[in-house]
Parts: sequence; C-alpha cells; structure tokens
Amino acid sequence: MSAELIAFIVLALVAVATALGMLFSRSAVYSALFLVLNFGTVAVFYLLLNAPFIAMAQVSVYAGAVMVLFLFVIMLLGTEVLPPSKALPWQRPLAISLAVILFGEAIYLLFVRRAASGDVPQPIQTFGSPQDIGRALFTSYLLPFEITSVLLLIAMVGAIVLTVREKGK
Amino acid sequence: MVPVTYYVALSAVLFTIGALGVLIRRNPLIIFMSIELMLNAANLAFIVFARLYSLLEGQIFVFFVMTVAAAEVAVGLALIVTIFRTRHSINIDDMNSLKG
Amino acid sequence: MTFFYLAPWIVFLPVIGLLINLLFGDRFSERVVGTIASLASGLAFLVSVLLAFSLTQHPDAVRWTIGEWIHIGTLQLDWTFRVDTLSTTMMLVVSGVGTLIHVYAIGYMHEDVRFKGDLQRYRRFFVYLNLFIAAMMVLVSGDSYLMLFVGWEGVGLCSFLLIGFWFEMDTLGRPSWANSDAAKKAMIANRIGDFGFLIASFLIFWAFGSLQFDQVFQQAPTIATSNPGLIMAITLFLLLGVTGKSAQIPLFVWLPDAMAGPTPVSALIHAATMVTAGVYLVTRSAALYVTVPAAQYIVALVGAITALFAATIAVGQFDIKKVLAYSTISQLGFMVAGVGMGAFGAGMFHLVTHAFFKALLFLSAGSVILGMERGHHHLAHAHHDEKQDKGRKKKEEKGRGNEHEEVFDPNDMRNMGGLRRTMPVTFWVYLIGTLALAGIWPFAGFWSKDEILANAFSRGFPVVYWLLTVAAFFTAFYMGRQIWLVFFGKPRHEAAAHAEESPRVITVPLMILAALSLVGGALNLPNVETLSHWLEGTVAFIKPVEFQMNVALISTGLALLAILISWLLYGRKPLKAREKDPLRKMLGPVFTGMERKWFVDEIYWALFLDRYVDVARFTADVIDGKFWHDWFHEQVILGAYNWLSGTALNRYADQLGIDAFFNSLGQWMKDLASGLRRAQNGFVRSYALFVLIGVVAILGYLIFK
Repeated sequence: MSAELIAFIVLALVAVATALGMLFSRSAVYSALFLVLNFGTVAVFYLLLNAPFIAMAQVSVYAGAVMVLFLFVIMLLGTEVLPPSKALPWQRPLAISLAVILFGEAIYLLFVRRAASGDVPQPIQTFGSPQDIGRALFTSYLLPFEITSVLLLIAMVGAIVLTVREKGK
Repeated sequence: MVPVTYYVALSAVLFTIGALGVLIRRNPLIIFMSIELMLNAANLAFIVFARLYSLLEGQIFVFFVMTVAAAEVAVGLALIVTIFRTRHSINIDDMNSLKG
Repeated sequence: MTFFYLAPWIVFLPVIGLLINLLFGDRFSERVVGTIASLASGLAFLVSVLLAFSLTQHPDAVRWTIGEWIHIGTLQLDWTFRVDTLSTTMMLVVSGVGTLIHVYAIGYMHEDVRFKGDLQRYRRFFVYLNLFIAAMMVLVSGDSYLMLFVGWEGVGLCSFLLIGFWFEMDTLGRPSWANSDAAKKAMIANRIGDFGFLIASFLIFWAFGSLQFDQVFQQAPTIATSNPGLIMAITLFLLLGVTGKSAQIPLFVWLPDAMAGPTPVSALIHAATMVTAGVYLVTRSAALYVTVPAAQYIVALVGAITALFAATIAVGQFDIKKVLAYSTISQLGFMVAGVGMGAFGAGMFHLVTHAFFKALLFLSAGSVILGMERGHHHLAHAHHDEKQDKGRKKKEEKGRGNEHEEVFDPNDMRNMGGLRRTMPVTFWVYLIGTLALAGIWPFAGFWSKDEILANAFSRGFPVVYWLLTVAAFFTAFYMGRQIWLVFFGKPRHEAAAHAEESPRVITVPLMILAALSLVGGALNLPNVETLSHWLEGTVAFIKPVEFQMNVALISTGLALLAILISWLLYGRKPLKAREKDPLRKMLGPVFTGMERKWFVDEIYWALFLDRYVDVARFTADVIDGKFWHDWFHEQVILGAYNWLSGTALNRYADQLGIDAFFNSLGQWMKDLASGLRRAQNGFVRSYALFVLIGVVAILGYLIFK
C-alpha cells in the first residue's frame, strides 16, 4: 500500500462520486458544480501522471472557461426542474443495461484479458514539461496547431452568427 | 506507481457514467456536460498511456482534444441558446421535429 | 435448195409480232398494230410455203431441233420441229387462212371496238391472235405428243382469251357474265378432252417408252400384236381429246357458246384451225389407229352421229352465227368420220376445203352483222335527231341497243332480209360459201365431202354412209334457209333496211376466200389425188378409193332437193317481220327440240353440273364453313387460345402468380419500411442509444472474436 495507491484510491472515489453527483442532480447548477469538481480531480490525476502542463490546461480551460460558460448558459436558460418524461419509457432501462454491459466489457478487457498490464518505466524528469510540449507543438505538430487556431476562429464566428439578433426582431 | 489497469478502469467508469448521462437526462445542458465528461475520461486514458510508453504524443493529443472541446462547447451552447429562443423549452424530448 | 432451217420461224414470227404489239402497241395507230400482226402471220405463211417447197426437193420428214427440253430417265424429249407433208399442210392452212383473217380483223375490230365502246382493246385482240397462231404452229409442227400437247393447251388458252374478249358483257353489249361464262365453258370442256389426251400420253409412254412420233409409230405393230387392249385404250383416250377440241359428241357444247367472241375469232379458231387439231391428231396417230379396227369404227361412228345431230340443230337456229357453229360441228363430224374410217386423205382434204369456205362464211356473217350494226347506228342517230327536233322532253339516252323499246340483236336472222340489195359483195361471197358447204359441183366442198362419202361407201361402213348422207341433206337445207332469210325478201327491221356494205379491208379477204372455195377442189381431184399423194409420204396408210359416180349423184341430188325445199318454205313467200318460222307449224315439238339444241345443255346441267355445284356447295358451306370454320376454328383453336390467354395465362399465371407475388413483395417492403420508420422518432436520446448499442456491439465483437 504505497502512498501513491492511497492517493489514487481517494481521488478516484472523489472523481466517481462527483460524476455520479453530476448525473443524478436535480438542479443543473448543482450538476455543473459537481463537474467542476470532477475536472479538478482529473487535473490532479494528470499531475500524478507526469503531465503538469496538461493539468494546468485542464484547470484553466476546462474547469475555468468551459464550465463557467456552462454556468452562464444555465443561468440564462432558467433552472426549472423538468417533470418526468412521458416519452420513451423503454429507453431508461435499456440505457442502464447498456451502460452496465459496456462497463462489464471494459472490466473484462482489463482484468481478464489483461489488456493494459505491464511494467511502467520511470520517465525522464522533464517528461510532460511545458518546454517539451511547446517544442513538440511548434515543430512536429505545427500544422495541427495552426489548424486548431483556425478552428477556434470558426467556432467564434459560428457562435456569434448563431446568436446574433437582427435589428427589429 | 499505480498499475495502469486501475487508471484505465477509472477512465472506463467515468466514460460509462458520461454515456449514461447522455442517454438518460433530458436537459440538453446536462447532456452536454456528460459529453464533456466522456471526453475527459478519454483524455485520462491518453495521458496514462503516454506515461506508460513515455511518448509525448499522448499529451499533445490531449491538448488538441481540449482545444476542440472548448470550441465545440462554444458553438454548442450557442446552438442551445438559439433553440431555447424559439422553443422556449429545454426538454430535449420537445426537439423532435426530425421525426421520420 | 432447201429451207428447213427456217422451220422455227413459223413460231417465232408470230411471237415477235405479238411482243411488238404488246410492248409498243399503245404508241401505234390501229392500222399499224393490225399490219404488224398480219405481217407476222403472213411471213409465217411465207416460211410455210418455203418449207413445203423444200419438201418437194426432199420428201422425207425433217426434224429440226432447237433445244433440249426433258431428259429424265428414259424420257428424252427436245424442242423439235417436224417438217413433213402432213405438218406443212396444216401450217399452210393455218397461216394462210389466218393471215386473211388478220387482215379482215383490222377492219372488223375497228368497227367492233367502236360499237362496244373500248378503243384500247384493239391492240389486245391482235396480240391474242398472234399468240394463237404461234400456239397452233407449235401444235402442228411438234415432233412428239408432248410438244403437240403444249400447242394443244396453248390454243385452248387462246380460245378462252378470245371467246371472252368482251368479258364483261354479253353479245348485245349489256353488262353480263355471259361472255366470260362462254369462255369458261370452252376451257372446261376442253379440259375434259385434255384429260383424255394426257391419259393417252401416259399410256403411250408406258407402252412405247417414248413420246416421239417416229419411235412410237415404228413400234406400233409389235405392241399392237402383244397388247392390243392397250392400243385400244390409247386410241379411245385420244378420241376423248378429239371430242373436246374438235367439238364432237359429247363435248361439243362449248362451240355454239363460243360464238360470243368476235367474228374473226369464230372464223379462225372455231372454223378453220383450232377445231381441226383433233382431226390432225387422229391423222398423225394413224399408225396407232390402223392396228385397232374396232377403235376406228368407234371414231367414225362418233363423227357420223355428231354430224347428223348437229345438222338437225342447225335447222332450228335463228342466230346467224349459231347456224354456222352447228354447221362446223357437223362438218367436223364429217372429217372425224373420214379419218376414223382410215380415209386420211379424204379427211384432210375436207379439212382444207372446210377451212376455206367456213372461214368465208363466218367472215361474211361478220360483215352482215356489221352491216346491221351500221344500219342500226344510223337509225339511232336519225331517231335521236327526230326526238331532238320534237323538243327535248324525253331524255331517253339509253345504250346503243335500247333506242327502241326492245333490245336489238344484230345477229338475229329474223331482223334481217333483203340484204342482197344493200350488201351485194357480201351476198355473192356468202352464196359461194353456201354452195361450197352444201356440196354443189364444182365448188370445193363437193369434191371433199364426196370423197368422204365415197370412202364410207367403198370401205364398207354403211351406217356411217347413211348418217353422213342424211347430214349432207340437212346441211344443204339449213344453208339454203339461211340464204333466203338473210338476203332475200324484204327487210324485216329498219336496221336491215339501212344496212351498208363493208369496207374493202373486209371484203377483199372475203373475195380471196371465195376464190379458194371455188377452185379448192383441185387439190385432190379423184384419180389425180394430189393431196393424198402429198400426204402419203407421211401417213403411209392412205389408200385413195375410186370415184363413185352413184355416190356423187345421190349426194348432189339430195343437196339440190334440200335447197328446193328451203326455197319453197322461205324463198317463195319470204318471211315478214314477226312472222313465225313455217317449220314450227309443220314440225311442232320437233322444231322446238331443234331450236333448243335437243336440250343438251339442260341435260348436262341436271346430270353433271348441278351435282358438281351441290358437291362444291356442300364442301364450302358444310365442310369448310360449318365444320372447319365454325367449329374447328372458332371453338377449338380460338377457344383454346382464348382460354390459354384469358384464363390460363391471364388469371392464373399473371394475376394469381406473378402479380400476387410481386404485389405481396411490394406490400411486404412497405410494411417493413413503415415498421423501420418508427426508429426515426425524432428523439435525440433514442438516437444516442442506438449509437451506444452499436458501440457496445462492436466492442463485444472485437473482444470475443
């Protein structure tokens, strides 16, 4: 029982709990807050896995920007609680059973077939550092990087176009 | 370190929960958030394998995934806002005009 | 020097003439068309003369082949022309008399087509005439029975074409089936005779192994001794052919009806040439006949009975051409009797002289008829003018024959009378012809008819002799009657009063024929016997008999007596218009029998023809109509087909089978689609569910593969 393992188990439990909390919350705001917590937990996991840059990006982009945006919209749209659905009664049990099957398959893969086992080597010290990431981004993956910036531009334009109100409407 | 299997199992659990959320919840915002959860779970798996094989590519990929996810959230939320303006409802079951 | 190489031209010249007229005749005038045809016939006559001349240098028969015909097994036949004394005699008669008739026809048809109203048909007449000459030449110059038969059939065809020349009318010009019926009658009666000829040919080939004359006649004596019954059968079947073509009992019935054709046709075909083909056939087959005396007797008897029978009918006829037609049948009976008795020379002699005077008589009768038509025409115009002068109230523009209330028949002797004054040339030539036919010395008919009677007397055929003598009596009587009725007395009809003489193109051939009738007897005077000796070269059985003075005296006396009686009845007190024939009162029902030709046609109809029509009607209406058409075709075939297409194929195969299958297929497809469409319910959640189902499935497959 090393410290790492204990930390992992605790954090894992938190992650799963917050995920479940997001799933089952009545209120959308609560769900968003649970998700923020989840993202934070995952960021800690990233740190444990020698990905400090990604961890920081997770916190600032995901938990900071994306979730805030979510909360904005939740506030905008109102937070009424939806009544139970009248359509598709067969869907809930089917979905649950499917999820269980999916989970079962994954577990089967991992623990019966031992898909992802093996020794984990020790990485070099600077693995995952911002310098490394930066170097990779600006040399080998320059094209995807630039395209991503175009993508962001498109997203911005799209968001504006979708939501702009014509004068006189 | 913690065996990779546990991490991947965790990723699977989170993914499953996210999938369940997509299927069961009727608030589009919750559904969107569940999608983000699923993306996150995948990201976790990527990072774990990057660590396993000492390949930076995993992390680069996660970077791009995050960027794309952010862009997608922006557009998606704009869509939801627009839909809400016309239908005045955030029940995804009410948006069934693509019915065949 | 000899001209035998010209032999094929007797056929080719008329063929060329007819082709020229056929192809180019519509551009020529009537004169040119007639001249071309007459020239073709005339040149053929010239060639015949040259051939005859060549034979005097070279008396034996010459066979001139122009091509192969049938070479099958033992049957070897070629297109071979036979130039011997018998065939040249026939050639000269046919082309000589034929040319005179062509010339006559130039004038006659000129008026006839105008009376009948179809100017375009002039050319057709001369094409047919030349065709006839060509076919007749093939007949007389053929070297085998088969080639003779080709000509035989050819003249039969021309007879049909020419009798039915005015096929859409009757003799008076009214629309009718009469003329075409007459042509059919000729064809059918001839056909029955042809059947006899064919059977005889088959038997000849079977017995002799060949159809060529020399080969047959050489073997005749041997076959006759070994198989006389066969030769008898051959000769009797040939006799059947002769009765058809030469109008003897029982097949003579077509000849009187054949008078429906234009008069030149009656003269050429039914007096001078075609009808003599039967006599020629018997003469040619002399070698066969002399071996079977019984058959010879039958032939002679048939000829003699026919001669008397026809002569009695001629007495009661009122149509000028019908009298001559029955006279022809009677004279043919004389000829057939002559050659039947074995008097081939006498028979052929009478054939030649008869050609002269009978052609003369027919052509003169044609002249008389034209004269009557001309008179009638003038009359019609005069009346028409009168009517016009009286005011045009009456619009009676009927046809030519209907200017008066009754129909005008120019052939009827009861309408004639006194034509001696208005048509003198015609009268005189007619008189010469009559005297020749009656057998008055010194005209041609006396010599030839007398020789036959002498042969009958000397050779021991008493029955034949008496029959022929009585027939000769009647012959003189009816010809006398005709002369008194037509030319003497007063005209019994206005048309006769206005009759006109015919133009020279018509009268000149008449005069030539009259001259021949006068001097033609010189051909075969007794004890000189030029023609018999000439024919002996070919027919070796000719044995001329002595001149019998008592026979001559009896026949001449009877002829004069007959003419006297006819004068007493018709000449002394000429008949007036609408007066009955005195013989009617004297003979009563006998005269009716004579006038109605002893009801031969009626008997034939009742015995044979109506029965045939019954059979034909039965097969047509019952067998063909009811059985085949109504039942078999409608019920069986059509019914089966309708069932097949309507029920079997339509209902079962198509509707219940294919349609049902494909309709149900389509319906099933629709049901499937409407079932599947429920998956498109528009709910995003269900779509997402399906995606996840897919993912799980693929994952499961990949894991558990």
